[in-house]
Amino acid sequence: MTVTDDDRRTDAAVTELPDHVQVATEEGRRLAQQLSDADTRHARKLLEVRNLTTHFFTKEGVVHAVDDVSFEIDYGETLGLVGESGCGKSVTALSLTRLVPNPPGRIVRGEIIFDGIDLMKLSEEEMRLLRGKKIGFIFQDPMTSLNPTLTIGYQIAESARIHMGLSRKVADDRAVELLSKVGIPRSRERMRDYPHQFSGGMRQRVMIAIALACDPMLLLADEPTTALDVTIQAQILDLIRSLSEEFGTAVILITHDLGIAAGMCNRVNVMYAGRIVETALVDDIFERPRMPYTWGLMDSLPRLDEERGARLRTIEGMPPDLLSPPDACRFAPRCDYVRDVCREDEPELTRRDEERHLARCWGTEAEGWIK
Amino acid sequence: MATRTQALEVPAGLDAKPTSLWRDAFGRLVRNRMAVVGGVIVLILVFLAIFGPFLTPYPYSAIDYKAMAATGGIPVPPLSMGHLFGTDNLGHDLFSRILDGARISMTVALVVQVVVIFIGIPMGAAAGWFGGRMDNLLMRITDVVYAFPDLLFIILLSISFKDTWFGGAVDGLLLVFVAIGIVSWVTMARLVRGQILSLKETEYVEAARAIGVSDFRIVSRHLLPNAIGPVIVAITLGIPSAILAESTLAFLGIGVNPPRASWGTLINDGSLWMSSTPHMLVFPAIAIALALLSFTFLGDGLRDALDPKLKGKQ
Amino acid sequence: MTAYIIRRVLWLIPVLFVVSVITFALMHSAPGGPWQREKPLPAATVALLDEKYKLDQPVIVQYLTWAGNMLTGDLGPSYKYRSRDVNDMVASGIGPTLQLGVMAFLLSVLVGIPLGVIAALRQNKVPDYLATGISVIGIATPSFVLAFLLVLIFASGLHWFPTGGWRGPETWVMPTVALAAFPIAQIARYTRASMLEVTRKDYVRTAQSKGLKERSIVVVHMIRNALIPVVTILGPIFAGLVTGSFIIETIYSIPGIGKFYVNSIGQRDYGVIMAMTMLYAAAVAVMNLVVDIGYAYIDPRIRYS
Repeated sequence: MTVTDDDRRTDAAVTELPDHVQVATEEGRRLAQQLSDADTRHARKLLEVRNLTTHFFTKEGVVHAVDDVSFEIDYGETLGLVGESGCGKSVTALSLTRLVPNPPGRIVRGEIIFDGIDLMKLSEEEMRLLRGKKIGFIFQDPMTSLNPTLTIGYQIAESARIHMGLSRKVADDRAVELLSKVGIPRSRERMRDYPHQFSGGMRQRVMIAIALACDPMLLLADEPTTALDVTIQAQILDLIRSLSEEFGTAVILITHDLGIAAGMCNRVNVMYAGRIVETALVDDIFERPRMPYTWGLMDSLPRLDEERGARLRTIEGMPPDLLSPPDACRFAPRCDYVRDVCREDEPELTRRDEERHLARCWGTEAEGWIK
Repeated sequence: MATRTQALEVPAGLDAKPTSLWRDAFGRLVRNRMAVVGGVIVLILVFLAIFGPFLTPYPYSAIDYKAMAATGGIPVPPLSMGHLFGTDNLGHDLFSRILDGARISMTVALVVQVVVIFIGIPMGAAAGWFGGRMDNLLMRITDVVYAFPDLLFIILLSISFKDTWFGGAVDGLLLVFVAIGIVSWVTMARLVRGQILSLKETEYVEAARAIGVSDFRIVSRHLLPNAIGPVIVAITLGIPSAILAESTLAFLGIGVNPPRASWGTLINDGSLWMSSTPHMLVFPAIAIALALLSFTFLGDGLRDALDPKLKGKQ
Repeated sequence: MTAYIIRRVLWLIPVLFVVSVITFALMHSAPGGPWQREKPLPAATVALLDEKYKLDQPVIVQYLTWAGNMLTGDLGPSYKYRSRDVNDMVASGIGPTLQLGVMAFLLSVLVGIPLGVIAALRQNKVPDYLATGISVIGIATPSFVLAFLLVLIFASGLHWFPTGGWRGPETWVMPTVALAAFPIAQIARYTRASMLEVTRKDYVRTAQSKGLKERSIVVVHMIRNALIPVVTILGPIFAGLVTGSFIIETIYSIPGIGKFYVNSIGQRDYGVIMAMTMLYAAAVAVMNLVVDIGYAYIDPRIRYS
């Protein structure tokens, strides 16, 4: 394990330099320039995703996991990305940090403009300097997302050391502070504990501390509560909400649960079969959902105003084969309101009543047909 | 990484063709080139072991005095005087001896694994299922067997019984089977015990218990079939170990009695002549290498095929 | 942890006791004895020898005598080398044997693990094929075959190394390599498989999402986790080295205890057989203990109580 020690020493030596000296490469300097170029910040979005398309090249064929997805998010805003498993939400999030496992996955098209920088144009090294520093990531399963052989103190302090140039000791102090912020009692003592000494909810708190270690501008939370008990879920969501408000962090919350999105988000994007099928402010989407798939998602939520004993509805059928998505509405085979046009032509995302309420649907009788 | 993303992203029901688990596994196996090559060589070895005597004009014990006289007692080189692989220093046809060696190796492979199956699986299943005293006993036996270096024990046993009827049975091979079997079953027992222990807590066992299925039936019908994958892999990978152990013993002059010769015996004989006539060392060395590799590749392939989660493990 | 180690060490006593009983029983259950020769010795001589070495007494008494002596550090006489006792033989042979074993063990670990790691990181590329090739050679060639091939190529052919003996570094190379080849292959295969498994772990993705350097991810986050299953096979690997070493010692004429052992078994040299078996068993048992402690050291989830 002498290699490990060497490696740690080199890291420490590098990170103890002032921030701007650290990025010595030409690209690094350009990046640093862009990052500090805050003047135009108010005029633009934190993140603009344009035509993002991510494919998986498998033995069976090309899986169109994320298909021409565009959306944006403001500084400090919370955006929900909602849909069934396999709809492309997680791959979208991984694509944003260019962490799609390659092979077999690859972003084949699209722009990801983050704080004015096109991430697709960055070198791998520049991208690495953004990850963890400007974009934090919380994964679904806290039981497996922490390294079992490293202390949680080390795991939290790690990114602070490499990205903020903090010394071991200062980074440790910061980690202690973060641990108490995420609600871990006796945080200084617990720094030396290993993940297996924490419960699931506690580990997810640790994950949040890791994600927020460098005070990122964007937090990607991929189903952060799915693996947790219901009672713990609310605590973790509260924690994400209060910390993102305190730090001014924008959040992309990925969930299959429209209820969670309702409580957390400013806007909601509903995804289906690799595409965004509806996007609106959270109130709009709950008051006037304009896409049968969204209705289906809402109907499958338990409701307080329904009679007790009423059965939860489910959406019948399976999502389509993403190996060769049909040139038609992808929800058509499962849609109660399907018409011939739905099976022949794929609808665009078009504007509905409110300015930023878009849906990908040919309409229903009650709502009015578009085509 | 492929596994995770596919599980994550390819929607279920994509290829909902109703294939059985075994057919799936077989499909994965035949797509694995190394495993197929290994399997084919294994089949060839088995074929040679069974039909060897019909494939060569010389019995393994026959001495070609004419050839010996012609060379003046020097081993006949390969591809001359009607000897494909040449002869050894006594005039035995090397090809015939290697074929007989294949027969010995394959017999060892088979018999030792039978011993392992009939002792190891029931012992492991009982220890895992009943726990308590049974389990303790198995673990203590395991401690002793593991502390006893395998080969030492086998050698000791072989030497001790060498001059008894038991040591002479099946050309001296029975002793080898038993000796290797005794040190090998423990590993299988531990494997099965572990499998049973982890399967014991599953819901379907609870369900079977709840409806009053007998212990024996739960273990034999519900647990063992689910543990069969690792067991098959362990058996396949146990075969090269057994072959190696047998030839090591033979190399040390223990085991099969003359005039029969194991590959290990041939290698020992060949080592005495290796500077002047290396073919006596090289051909048996190739034979043993082929046997060890083919079973190892087949075993690796089976592991990947039977447990897709372990895909990529060598 | 200390309590666990003490318990494990104490547990060695019954295990070694059982090993000694089995060995003793096996040796004495078979017909024949140390005085058996091609040309039988006169019965009177045998009787005299038996009396001298107390072989005329009941087996149990013999065992107790042996055990009592052993506990006081006296390993008894050798029936074959009548001028020396077993203590002498162990004292003179243990050095080369220990050195060979330790060198081969270190070589297997220091070559096997990096080979496996590199193979996994460059999966299906040249280093992977190279590593796989080395593994294949290690698996396909039993140590006694490899020992001869090395002699054939590097001693008889190229004259780089002497064919045998144990006189200095140039005589150490071939025996160590011949003995270590199989363990190198095994460790490399395990490490490669384990690294590939770890590559898919969620915490590696977490490490990537933190923006760590590739090298930090591999060194800090992957290797230690990947070594956990590898450590479990080090015990059996060491046992394999122990038994493999006496074949290698015989082939390369190394004056270690393994060579005595092989000779003594055929000769029913009881004292030597007992002493060597106990020595090997103790070495394997101690190594297993060391491995288990090492296991707890690299995997914080394991705590023995």
